[in-house]
Amino acid sequence: MIPAAFEYEAPTELAEAIDRLARSGGEAKVLAGGQSLIPLMKFRLAQPARIIDLNRISGLAYVRENGDLRIGALTRESDLEESAVIRDRYAIVADTAAVIADPIVRNLATVGGNVAHADPANDHPATLLALRASVVARGPRGERVIPIDDFFVDTFTTSLAPDEIVTEIRIPRAQAQSGGAYIKLERKVGDFAIVGVAAHLQLDGKGSVATAGIGLTNVGPTAIRARHAEEALRGRAPDDRAIAAAAEAAAAESQPVADLRGPAEYKRDVVRVLTTRALRRAVARAKGGK
Amino acid sequence: MRVQLTINGASREADVEPRLLLVHLIRENLLLTGTHIGCDTTSCGACTVLLDGRPVKSCTVFAVQASGRTVSTVEGLEQNGVLHAVQEGFTKEHGLQCGFCTPGMMMTSVALLERNAAPTELQIRQAISGNLCRCTGYVNIVKAIQHASATMREAKAEKEPATAGRA
Repeated sequence: MIPAAFEYEAPTELAEAIDRLARSGGEAKVLAGGQSLIPLMKFRLAQPARIIDLNRISGLAYVRENGDLRIGALTRESDLEESAVIRDRYAIVADTAAVIADPIVRNLATVGGNVAHADPANDHPATLLALRASVVARGPRGERVIPIDDFFVDTFTTSLAPDEIVTEIRIPRAQAQSGGAYIKLERKVGDFAIVGVAAHLQLDGKGSVATAGIGLTNVGPTAIRARHAEEALRGRAPDDRAIAAAAEAAAAESQPVADLRGPAEYKRDVVRVLTTRALRRAVARAKGGK
Repeated sequence: MRVQLTINGASREADVEPRLLLVHLIRENLLLTGTHIGCDTTSCGACTVLLDGRPVKSCTVFAVQASGRTVSTVEGLEQNGVLHAVQEGFTKEHGLQCGFCTPGMMMTSVALLERNAAPTELQIRQAISGNLCRCTGYVNIVKAIQHASATMREAKAEKEPATAGRA
């Protein structure tokens, strides 16, 4: 399959990329890893007149923990997966990176692209919702830090302005007695999730849930935060009863639709089961386990 | 647009449209048809090549993106008439049936063994999970990669007897 023709630019400076994007009058698409954009172009579902390739810009790929955790938008999923700080301190993010597409796709796919593409089936969004992350964007008017709850507007639609580029993901620093997990059910490696569930817990001194974050993949027009499920946990000991109540709530507030991956009722039950499993793993990790 | 890349050690140039995919540059402009096109949708991995040493699906990269970079394809594995250990492994362990997925499987295997000389069976299976074999020949493919891993380690031990002997 051959994409429609386009003009190609590969600036070496971010400011130049922003300038070119701003001057394109909405006709340009930003190319990061290209593992979603290029297939869309081959199917002619996307036919941008201009491609602005970010891959020649240095300094956009990094994982740093100073204060909060900062992940450069052009960080490849495979580098995220192998990052020691991610593996040791942000297991939920390592879980997520490890189940995106397949290992070859992960050599090119980027974190920024995964988020900016805003596919409800992409895996990072649910995890970032659970972690109360922020998306950093740069445009002609400067830098903007967008809370993740305000980022996803609809399927393939974010609150980014047409001339803004995602430059970084920020995640609150991992605290003692906190932990999370991401669990995805897929038909086979490389497929989109039937359902994915991200769960993150912060326990207090008594072992009760101080804060809970639960994000759901591919059961709504965007990745969605399961707020009722979070409320079902807050202030309670994360025992089987509380987890079961949260899992029921998450299933109830999920919005699955029937497709070739199964009927809606089935997916709703998968939300319940995966929420239970993700919460159990989150509790174990918050208590110092793997 | 003019693209220049190093492919299997040789510098090559071509004048291409930006929309030309890397796999088409490799097969149609550079006439290296060892790299296959399977699904054309980033799923099967038949088009896997190494871009700066890392496996990528060349049906999902624009040729212009590879300009100034290094590409390795299956044609570059054999050196001076001697098969690469991975090719030898696929031969010895019959790691193929129809052979269509084989170039991609081998390029993924080469990259795996460069990063991890002694992968476990699970690590091998995970590494090739983006390469599909429609003949379902995975058992022998895994054996082929294990064979290559063993011969590469033996060859290295022979080359560096002093370090190999040390605890």
